[in-house]
Amino acid sequence: MRTVRVGIAESGVVVNPDSVTTLGLGSCVGVTLYDERKKIGGMVHVMLPSTELAKGGDFNKSKFADSGVPDLVDQMVRFGADRRRLVAKMAGGAQMFSVGGSGESILKIGSRNVEACRKALVGLGIPIVAEDTGGTWGRTVVLFAESGILEIRAIGRAKNQI
Amino acid sequence: MSGQVGAMQLDVLREISNIGAGNAATSLSSLLGKSVDMSVSRVAPMPFNEIVEYVGGAERMILTVFVRIEGGISGNILFTMNLPDARALVRHMTGVVEEEGFSEMGLSVLHEVGNIVIGAYITALSDFLGFELQPSVPSLAMDMAGAILAFSLSEIGRSGDTAIVMDGALSLDGSAITEEGASRLFLLPDPESFIKIFTALGVPTDADG
Repeated sequence: MRTVRVGIAESGVVVNPDSVTTLGLGSCVGVTLYDERKKIGGMVHVMLPSTELAKGGDFNKSKFADSGVPDLVDQMVRFGADRRRLVAKMAGGAQMFSVGGSGESILKIGSRNVEACRKALVGLGIPIVAEDTGGTWGRTVVLFAESGILEIRAIGRAKNQI
Repeated sequence: MSGQVGAMQLDVLREISNIGAGNAATSLSSLLGKSVDMSVSRVAPMPFNEIVEYVGGAERMILTVFVRIEGGISGNILFTMNLPDARALVRHMTGVVEEEGFSEMGLSVLHEVGNIVIGAYITALSDFLGFELQPSVPSLAMDMAGAILAFSLSEIGRSGDTAIVMDGALSLDGSAITEEGASRLFLLPDPESFIKIFTALGVPTDADG
């Protein structure tokens, strides 16, 4: 049993009995997809809401909600998942700092990320069955391909399984 | 620009970082009434995930004071403290020994120290570059390094997966500076700011150095 680690703006797909994890999500969102019958799970660590924010030509698909979520679906399908069976869970999208004035829109990046991930999933017809988003704290998340359970850990808070 | 900066430009950035972090260390020394050591600044383009490791790993708990600057150049400044250094600072400033976590007073002392240290950094930066810089209100967070860093890199993320990290390590508790997980002062300029810095200082930007 292996745990695949996904970094910032990266993605990964695993099959039972493996799991996929990302450590220390702040304003970023960890979107997970799961095919219960095939026991295939995938995760993308989204940093920014939209490819419209990208400057320059080439960009990393896994970084943006509107490109990273569809790309994760494609990866899952290549692993043998059926896109009609996929269900989504997500965690993260916190506001790590609170200050007013300049930089206000940057500070709200967490909630914008959550909204964008939700929109991408709705657009693909994938139901969001659970989420642990918002707040002001960082999260480490693990998706178990065996069960589809997403486990969320944060400093000073009880472990949450969704 | 990011990732394509030549050796000469990196030298210039290192000098800026030394001036900024050096001024910050001096302000901290006078605040604490004792000398504060600073390592020579490291300035290098680093992939995001490597930056997180550099600060001690994604799940390492750190205290950070964050300031966004706008004006002549824009970017984020972070004063990251490891927990032993933060405890030593609170003890030195108030005489209070923090055990588990931090008291409200301890956090407010650290917030204020961060404010002073970052303020000194910005003053030096502004004087050296001849730019007006408008800082945001400083904000404090105690959380996982990955969560704090990834947020701080989000603006830079619009342009790529690498940031030019300008930082100096500070010894806050009097012990030697260790490379891994040291308390640091980071300047993370937005990618567009580099050209402005080099232009202001008359550094050629088309050569590969």
